[in-house]
Amino acid sequence: MAVITDAICSLCGSLCDDITVTVEDNVITDVERACILGRNKFVGMFLHDRIESPMIRKNGELVDVSYEEAIDEAAKILVNSKRTLSYGWCSTSCEAISKAIQLAEETGSLIDSTANVCHGPSALAVQEKGGPSATLGVVKNRADVMIFWGCNPAHAHPRHMRRYSSFSKGFFTQKGRKDRKMIVIDVRKTDTAKIADQYVEIDQGSDYLLVTALRSAINGHEDVIPDTVAGVSKEDILKLANTLKEAKFTCVFYGMGVTQSRSKYKNGDGVSSLISDLNQHSKAVMIGMRGHYNVTGYGQVSTWETGYPMAVDFTRGAPYYNPGETGANDVLTRGDVDAAIISAADAGAHFPQDSLKYLAKIPVIQIDPYANPTTELSDVVFPAAVVGVEAEGTAYRMDGISLRMKKLIDTKFKTDEEIVVDLINKVRELKRGA
Amino acid sequence: MKLEANLISGRTAYQGAYLEAKTHKEYFDACSYCELNSGDLVKLGVSEGDYLLVTTEFGDVSLFAKANDGNPDGLAFIPMGPWANAVLSPDTHGCGMPGFKGVPAQIEQTGEAPLEMKALMRRYYE
Repeated sequence: MAVITDAICSLCGSLCDDITVTVEDNVITDVERACILGRNKFVGMFLHDRIESPMIRKNGELVDVSYEEAIDEAAKILVNSKRTLSYGWCSTSCEAISKAIQLAEETGSLIDSTANVCHGPSALAVQEKGGPSATLGVVKNRADVMIFWGCNPAHAHPRHMRRYSSFSKGFFTQKGRKDRKMIVIDVRKTDTAKIADQYVEIDQGSDYLLVTALRSAINGHEDVIPDTVAGVSKEDILKLANTLKEAKFTCVFYGMGVTQSRSKYKNGDGVSSLISDLNQHSKAVMIGMRGHYNVTGYGQVSTWETGYPMAVDFTRGAPYYNPGETGANDVLTRGDVDAAIISAADAGAHFPQDSLKYLAKIPVIQIDPYANPTTELSDVVFPAAVVGVEAEGTAYRMDGISLRMKKLIDTKFKTDEEIVVDLINKVRELKRGA
Repeated sequence: MKLEANLISGRTAYQGAYLEAKTHKEYFDACSYCELNSGDLVKLGVSEGDYLLVTTEFGDVSLFAKANDGNPDGLAFIPMGPWANAVLSPDTHGCGMPGFKGVPAQIEQTGEAPLEMKALMRRYYE
């Protein structure tokens, strides 16, 4: 029996790095300190529906084939495609992401990450207005006011509040929760809202209006604020603005309520402007609540490899970036790609119906440890090792801190990185022969 | 009786807990429901566990009814996943992001049980 301490949980963007894992006969039998998501990741993996063999769809059914046959078939799809969509790469290591980008360049593909359906608009907002941020360590030690805007960490990042935010105890916040004012802005009273000091319920889709009203109040233009904005009374808006101005250090954690609601990237743009305004009075930062454990890492790797954080199109031979045109869902709904490779993410579960109808029409290659809705739409399937459990690698936490994931158990499966390298080699071989 | 609702989707701890077990019944149970507040369920004449048909301009899907009194009147919530995506908006509004929140929907009682994951995905081949 081996007990591994300080293991990293590779599930959500919190990347908790204090997990203790017990391994017996190459099986994880116990895990300490993980939340329900992390526990199911580590211990549950022996119960989940593992893809056991490479598969190719023949006469409508996926049938087991050799690894070499699957690599041949996948490489043929990629070489024969005029424009492939490469999507996902966020539940894997930075090393695999780097190779995926190389494969996209080699095949003239368009490559996008799960940010397309998550914090993509935040990246656009940061490009427009900047993203004044901090590490979660700084927030833990200093923040006396925290806003959770359109996010629900009680469900999506269950240990976030204890490790980094509301309940954590830091150098200047030694009383933990008592030293912090916790504000939740949302459209429904979530479990996070229930434990907040102040819950501000807004009309769905009116985040931008509230940001604008708060900015008006903070910048001394109370007179332009109507009696009610976004379903919130002027009195409450002025009180909230005052709380923020008088705070020593504010952190706005924001989630899908901000990025997916009406106004999309303009909401994040507004929050960024609000943070700039607040920094005239006190100290304030913003941090996006990232979902996939290494979606932040994807943005880092893609930016240093191509100059852009996501939605990069190599069709022209050089990186081209224009979300709205080159996002994964943009090209699928327009029918602008003729093949897809999906890995370390599940488009089948998380893309709207029009995108999935199109995926069902084109050849799809999947690389994943587990069977999921994408498998149902796939034509070539590769089983992969679970990165962060069966393979080591680098991942970036939601605040941009890089952490090294350990290998906890042995596996018979190849890693995403190894599979992609095999695909690159086979594609080059086919192209040379052509 | 049809309820005109504003539909949003999002993560829940249980949806997240079975994220890597999407062929299992636990994932089906965690994602194939629609939450309304109890007042809205009463208006529709349904109890928790009854079937609801959610229709938008993009499609329709059968779901289990669930009560959540944290929802304001007329706000419907479906956990992110294949069931929600049967009816959410594919329009990316020029910035890449589909419409996962704020989709006008009509909700009514139905006798059709929710489809399990594989059956739901097979609809995309039709």
